[in-house]
Amino acid sequence: MTSELFLQYLVAGITYGSIYTVVAIGFNIIYNTTGIINFSQGEFVMLGGMVAITLHNFMALPLAILLAVLITMAVGAAIEMLFIRRLRSPSVLRMIIVTIGVSILIREVALHLWGSGVRSLPYFIGNEITTIKLGPVFVSPQVLWVVGTCLVMVVLLLLFFQATSLGREMRACAANRVAAVLCGIETRNMVTLSFVLSAGIGALAGAVVSPITYSQYDNGTGLAIKGFTVAILGGLGNSLGAVAGGLLLGVVEAFSVSVVPLAFQDAVAIAVLLLILFVRPHGLFGSGATAAMKEF
Amino acid sequence: MSVLRAGIVGAAIALWVAAAPAAWAETIKIGALLAVTGPSSFLGGPEARTLEMMVEQINAAGGITGKKVELLLRDTAGNPEKAISLGKQLLEEDKVLAVVGPSSSGETMAIKKLFEDNATPLISCAAAEVIVNPLASWVFKTPQNDSSAAIKIFEEMKRQGIARIAVLVDNSGFGKAGREQLQKIAPEHGITIVAAEVYDAKATDLSAVVAKIKANAEVQGVINWSVVPAQSIVVKNIRQAGWQVPIFQSHGFGNIKYAEAAGVAAEGVIFPGGHILMAAQLPDGHPQKSLLLKYIADYEGRYKETASAFGGYAYDALTILRRAIEIGGTDKAKIRSAIEGLRDLPGTSGIFNFSPTDHNGLGLDAFAMMTVKDGKFVPYQGK
Amino acid sequence: MSAKEFVFLPVMAAVVLVQLFTAASDSAYYLTQLTMAAYYSLLIVGLCVLMGYAGQISLGHAGFFAIGGYLSAGLTTRDLLPWAESPVVRSLDALGCLNHGQDLYGAQLLTVAPWAAAAAAVLAAALVALALGVPVLKLKGHYLAMATLGFGIIVYRLVLASEYFGEADGISGVPGFPLLPGLTVSGDSAGRVANYYVAWMVLLVAVLLLRHLIDSRPGRALRAIHGSPEAADAMGVDVARYKLKVFVLSAVYAALAGVLMTHYNGGIGPSEAGVMKSVRWVAIVAVGGMAHLWGALTMGVLLNFLSLRGVFGSYDDAVFALILIAIMLYAPGGIFSLLPDGRWRERLASLARRGKSGEAAP
Repeated sequence: MTSELFLQYLVAGITYGSIYTVVAIGFNIIYNTTGIINFSQGEFVMLGGMVAITLHNFMALPLAILLAVLITMAVGAAIEMLFIRRLRSPSVLRMIIVTIGVSILIREVALHLWGSGVRSLPYFIGNEITTIKLGPVFVSPQVLWVVGTCLVMVVLLLLFFQATSLGREMRACAANRVAAVLCGIETRNMVTLSFVLSAGIGALAGAVVSPITYSQYDNGTGLAIKGFTVAILGGLGNSLGAVAGGLLLGVVEAFSVSVVPLAFQDAVAIAVLLLILFVRPHGLFGSGATAAMKEF
Repeated sequence: MSVLRAGIVGAAIALWVAAAPAAWAETIKIGALLAVTGPSSFLGGPEARTLEMMVEQINAAGGITGKKVELLLRDTAGNPEKAISLGKQLLEEDKVLAVVGPSSSGETMAIKKLFEDNATPLISCAAAEVIVNPLASWVFKTPQNDSSAAIKIFEEMKRQGIARIAVLVDNSGFGKAGREQLQKIAPEHGITIVAAEVYDAKATDLSAVVAKIKANAEVQGVINWSVVPAQSIVVKNIRQAGWQVPIFQSHGFGNIKYAEAAGVAAEGVIFPGGHILMAAQLPDGHPQKSLLLKYIADYEGRYKETASAFGGYAYDALTILRRAIEIGGTDKAKIRSAIEGLRDLPGTSGIFNFSPTDHNGLGLDAFAMMTVKDGKFVPYQGK
Repeated sequence: MSAKEFVFLPVMAAVVLVQLFTAASDSAYYLTQLTMAAYYSLLIVGLCVLMGYAGQISLGHAGFFAIGGYLSAGLTTRDLLPWAESPVVRSLDALGCLNHGQDLYGAQLLTVAPWAAAAAAVLAAALVALALGVPVLKLKGHYLAMATLGFGIIVYRLVLASEYFGEADGISGVPGFPLLPGLTVSGDSAGRVANYYVAWMVLLVAVLLLRHLIDSRPGRALRAIHGSPEAADAMGVDVARYKLKVFVLSAVYAALAGVLMTHYNGGIGPSEAGVMKSVRWVAIVAVGGMAHLWGALTMGVLLNFLSLRGVFGSYDDAVFALILIAIMLYAPGGIFSLLPDGRWRERLASLARRGKSGEAAP
């Protein structure tokens, strides 16, 4: 392999990795507050893209994205208040099944709302063929947008969860809900807040990746599976782990192309993940102690 | 006030009576198995909408030989097992005269034997050649043959002096069938396939595989054979890699949405397209011109979306059935032989000439080479 | 006969009655989808015991169904003539494992006999489950969900990418499965009634076996696991071993369902291996009630029957999602928890009493 090709694979891997990471982070926020995985996270990503595309017909791009994020946040809040909050004695398994149901529902609504065609936002800078030459490799500026968004999100979330009292209260809910209530934390609102936050992050991700991946009513599922994979790989709830997991999965996918046919790419990537899980049952950076508290 | 209301009601009744001929002597049941939802909905959706529109039009014009057409549309979601279940239902329970669909080759192959056993005409909207070759006596298909598209592409490649190529196909049945034809026919045209890859229909980015093919110095041209939206990603990624290789697409590119999705990257892409994509540019008097213009205007007027080659596949299927019923009546065997006897029947995909050994009825002339210029499909004028 | 087995008699009677009714009302076509629904339910009851009694989620059970279906489809349709002279093929032929036949178009074919293919397919699924189960069942919670989901994705990707398995088109032209002289598992309308009984026999025998497993000592241990693995451990129950046993058994059920369904349909496509199918199976178990074998069976038959008949049209998935959400919100123990097992008689009785006392009171 020439060094040029090596670098090009690396760039492709980073592209995939950052797309998966921004999705994975959304998973982690709800997980950190509730201890559950929201399988409709992918639909937030889809909605962010689709709503922004629709709004972009009427307004400037930044405004369209901002509004799309806000609308998706409202959807996130609605989902929590309509479905999650109404669960009696919620077990993790039941939560998973409800969020799967919600995800199918959103997808079907999107199908009947937008049809099955593909759409996309325009490239934020330049167009479909604009490319930046970094030494021997070519990079689309949109890739830099995705990587940048991913980095900013991770840093802001780390600050939020570590340094603000609201963030600490949200984490407390997941660690021990009873104790959190005893400390006077309104856990219900924290759960709603986590849905709003992760919906917003998912929507932003959906808008930023839309020029690269396109948006379609059923795009969310595939992205959600990849995002979930990355979240697990990095260790649930660990944002830095998600970055590492995302990059690892992306790079494995990109380089697998050089040894196996592309058609088997997913099988290879998932097989690598399974092997890692067998060696490290709580992901690369997850801790067994916290995972044990959130069993089915 | 009450007079006004009575007038409205009276007018409505009058309209209703006028619109529907009072009593239909008989109805003709036509089944349709289409992937209205699911991963192939970009095919099944336009196909289903086209059929619904046509059946309304046919019935408004007095039905087929005075009989009302009843469309029994079933959504298979692209699953062969559902196609089998719903296909049996249409045959045994609803006792349909003939069936249009399915949308994909996998579903069609799954129910081929069922329709042979039940001796009922099936007119598939899937393109794979294996549907009609080897020949099954009751199974037909309307999309052009993949081999014709492949020949058209290879001829253009030879003209441009391209001999060593890379082939990228999607992992749908369309991509699979295309790859098989390309691999079979390439040697006859002195073309060598030096790299072949299959990408996922839901791929999000394909820059890694593009980098791999680009690194292969032998590649002089790329064939990107696909019917799914991800084909536009390939085109984008090739140009983003700063690679100015000639890109050839298949007839699965025949939806302007795909060109729009690839944006400026699609400029100069060459592909064999049906006449539906260049209806306005056809010479007056071309046998397809008037029906194409009418179909496009009707479809776009009604559904507010661009008419594509895909909906046309269903249009042709019902047109063929309609003509065959006009000739053979409501006897399945007579309909089958009537289809095999159809000659010079213009449709959206081309001019059909069926025979007992040709259940597709389209030739090379159903395609014209096209390209993308300023975001529009235009006839390809050569380099 | 225990009280729980007693329920078999009414179910068997219902199976016969349905057939007699369709025969009398000239609507035998319903049996087609009832047969298909029974095969899917075979997978579902296995999954129900895995989820409800062993407490393990599997988001990859369509993968086992696909291993069964695809292997038997591949072995019974792919021509071995080019390798006819190889020692392996010759010894298989000598053992009577191969069929000499013709394809749809009259060409000579040498394929594996359906019974041998079925045995190989089910065995393969069992071995995969065994190999996968050892490391996977050590995982917990979401990590277990991800691992089983990952397994399902790998199977899906492999069948979709392999020429042997027909890629996107899947495999068609699968021959019937001759069970006994004059009894073949196939979709021919002539054998519809026989196939209906075959499917339901298989399903009911499978449920009977599961029932025994649940009520046996290992079964009681299983329920202990669901409650508290630690307590079960302390009682000297080998938790890991039982989990593995149930996992393998449910995989075998899924694979057997895949084999029979594939012969019945004459083919199989990648949609049977998809993630959405696995999710659907988990959802049906949840709707029927996670520790409720009969509930899972009933909902498995009912929902598959309706879906296969296209009753929900283009809203199939949407309706499904709504049922799922409604059940989780309002009847988290499954739809039949609204009528708790065994207690409904008391409820009716108390209602009746209340009714009577209501009459008596002013």
